[in-house]
Amino acid sequence: MRKALKQYAQVSPYLSVGLALTLAFVLYPMVKGMYISFFHYNVIKPETSEAAGFANYKHVFTDPLILTALRNSLLMAAVTVPGQWIAGVILALIIQAKTVRLKVLWRLIYYIPVISSWIVVSYLFRFLFADGHEGLINYALVDVLRLIGEPIGWLQNTWTANLVVWLVSIWKGAGWVMVLYLAALQSIPKSLYEAAEIDGAKPASLFHRITLPLVRPLTLYVIINLINGAIQAFIQVYAITQGGPMDSTQLLNTYLYKQAFQYFDFGYASAISVCLGVLIFALTYSQQRSIGRERIEY
Amino acid sequence: MSKLRAALLHLVLIAGIAVVVGPFVYMLLTAMTTDNYSLPSPQKLMTDAKTLGNFAEAWGKNHFQLFFANSLLVTAATMAFSLMLSSCMAYSFARFEFPGKELLFRLFVFTLFVPAIINIIPQFTILKSLHLVDNYAGLVLLYVGSGLVGSTFFLRGFFERIPRELEESIVIDGGGRFTVFRSVYIPMSLPALGTLAIFSFQGTWDEFVVALTVMKSEAHRTLPVALQLFRGQYASFYGLFFAGSIIALVPTILVFLLFQKQFVQANLSDGGVKN
Repeated sequence: MRKALKQYAQVSPYLSVGLALTLAFVLYPMVKGMYISFFHYNVIKPETSEAAGFANYKHVFTDPLILTALRNSLLMAAVTVPGQWIAGVILALIIQAKTVRLKVLWRLIYYIPVISSWIVVSYLFRFLFADGHEGLINYALVDVLRLIGEPIGWLQNTWTANLVVWLVSIWKGAGWVMVLYLAALQSIPKSLYEAAEIDGAKPASLFHRITLPLVRPLTLYVIINLINGAIQAFIQVYAITQGGPMDSTQLLNTYLYKQAFQYFDFGYASAISVCLGVLIFALTYSQQRSIGRERIEY
Repeated sequence: MSKLRAALLHLVLIAGIAVVVGPFVYMLLTAMTTDNYSLPSPQKLMTDAKTLGNFAEAWGKNHFQLFFANSLLVTAATMAFSLMLSSCMAYSFARFEFPGKELLFRLFVFTLFVPAIINIIPQFTILKSLHLVDNYAGLVLLYVGSGLVGSTFFLRGFFERIPRELEESIVIDGGGRFTVFRSVYIPMSLPALGTLAIFSFQGTWDEFVVALTVMKSEAHRTLPVALQLFRGQYASFYGLFFAGSIIALVPTILVFLLFQKQFVQANLSDGGVKN
C-alpha cells in the first residue's frame, strides 16, 4: 500500500495533468454521450431534460434518412479505403523502384494533397465539378475531349455527387498511404529481393510473397485508420454537397451533426453517434485484435 | 527492356502530377484572374491578364489577418501543450511502474477507436459548464485534451526503445528522473517529436468542426471557419476566396518543409515493422 502510494507520488508530476485533460475531454464525454442519448436533451437547460428511455434509439432504427446515411457511410468506406490503399501502394512501389530518379521530389509532390487543408480542397473540388461549361471537369469532358455532349450537373444527382465526394477523399488520402509504405519498403532488406530474383521470381510474386507479408503490421494500421477516417468523414460532404440533393448524400456523421447543431436534438444525435461508434468498432475489431500481436523479425 | 520500364514508370509519375497538382494550378490561376463575379471559364483562365491583386485584397479585407493570427495562436498553443504533456505522459507509461498502469493504458487505447464526433456534443456541454465556449483557452484545452492519447501512444513506442543503459550515467552523477527525462528521452526522440509537431500543426491549423461549434463570435474565428463563412457571404468572389485559401495553405507547407527531414526518419524507425 505504502509502495503504491510512493509510486503514484513519483509518477504524478508526469501523468496528472495529461490524465486530467484526457478524463475531462475524452473519457467523461464518452460516458456523457451515452447518457445524453437516453434523454430528450435540452442543451440550454440540461436539468429540464426529459428521460427518453430507448426512444432515441427507436428513432434511429425507424428514421428513413438513417438508412440513406448508413448506406453512404458504408459506401464511402467500401470505395475510398481500397481506392486510397491501391493508389498509395502503387505510388510507393513506383517511387521505390530502382530505376526511378528524384525520389524525394516525387514523394513531396504526391504528399501535397495530404498537407493541404480539407476545407480548401473540398471547395476546390466543388468548383472543379461545377455545373455547366464553367467547371473545369465539364469543360475537359465536353469541350476538349468531346466525350459527352452536354455538361453534367455533378452535384445535382445523388450518385455523381457521391462520386465527387469519393474522388476528393481518395485524392487527398493516397499520399498518406504512400509515405507510410515508402518508409516501410525502405526498411526491408534488399538481400531478400535479390535472393528471390536469382531464383527467377517475377515482380508480381515478389510483391505478393515478400513485400506484402513483411509490411503486414503496417497494412493493418493503415486499413484501420482508413476505415476510421472514411466512417468519420465530415468536411467533404459538409462543404461540397451539404448532404444534398435532398439529404441523399448525408453521411451518418454529417446527419448527426445536423440533428445536433441545426435542430438541437442532442439526444437523438448522441444516439446516432453511439450507433456510429459501435459500427466503427465492429468494422475494425478483428484488425485491432491482431495489431498488438503482429511483430516481424528478419 | 529495363530502360523502357524506367521510362514508363516516370511517365506514370509525370501523368500523376496533372491529377495531384492540376487542381492547385487551377486554384492559382483563378486567384490571379480579376473580375470573377461568376466562376471564370477555363478559356478565360488561360487568356486573361494575371495579377496578384486578389492576394493583397484577401489579406487586407474582412479581418483576414485577425483570423490568421487567431489560427496561429491556437495552433501554436495546442502544439506546445500537446508536445509537452504527451511526452510527459509517454514517459510515465514507458518508464514508471504503478498499480493500474496496464489497465489505464488499455483504456486509453480503446478510446482511440471510438469516433471523435461522439465526443463533440458532451465536450461542448462541458466547455459550456466551464464557461469556456467562445474562448481560446477552451478551444486549446479541447484540442490538447482530445489529442493526448494518440500522441502518448505514438511517443511511448519510441521511449521504450531507448536503451536504459543511457540512464545509468546520469543516475550515477546523481541526476533524478526529471534529468533523465530531459537529457536522455527528449533529445533521443527528436525525430518522433518532430513528426508529432507536424501532425499537431496540420491537424489544428486545418481543424474545422470543433472550431465551428465552439467559437461563436466573429472576432474569435479561426481561418478554416472564416474561409467557409466567407464563401457563404461572397459566393461569387471566386478569385478572392481562392487567394485567401492559398494564403491559408502557406503555413502548413512551410512547417512541413521545415520538419520534413525528421518526418522521414521517424517513419523509417516506426513504419510498423520492427528492425
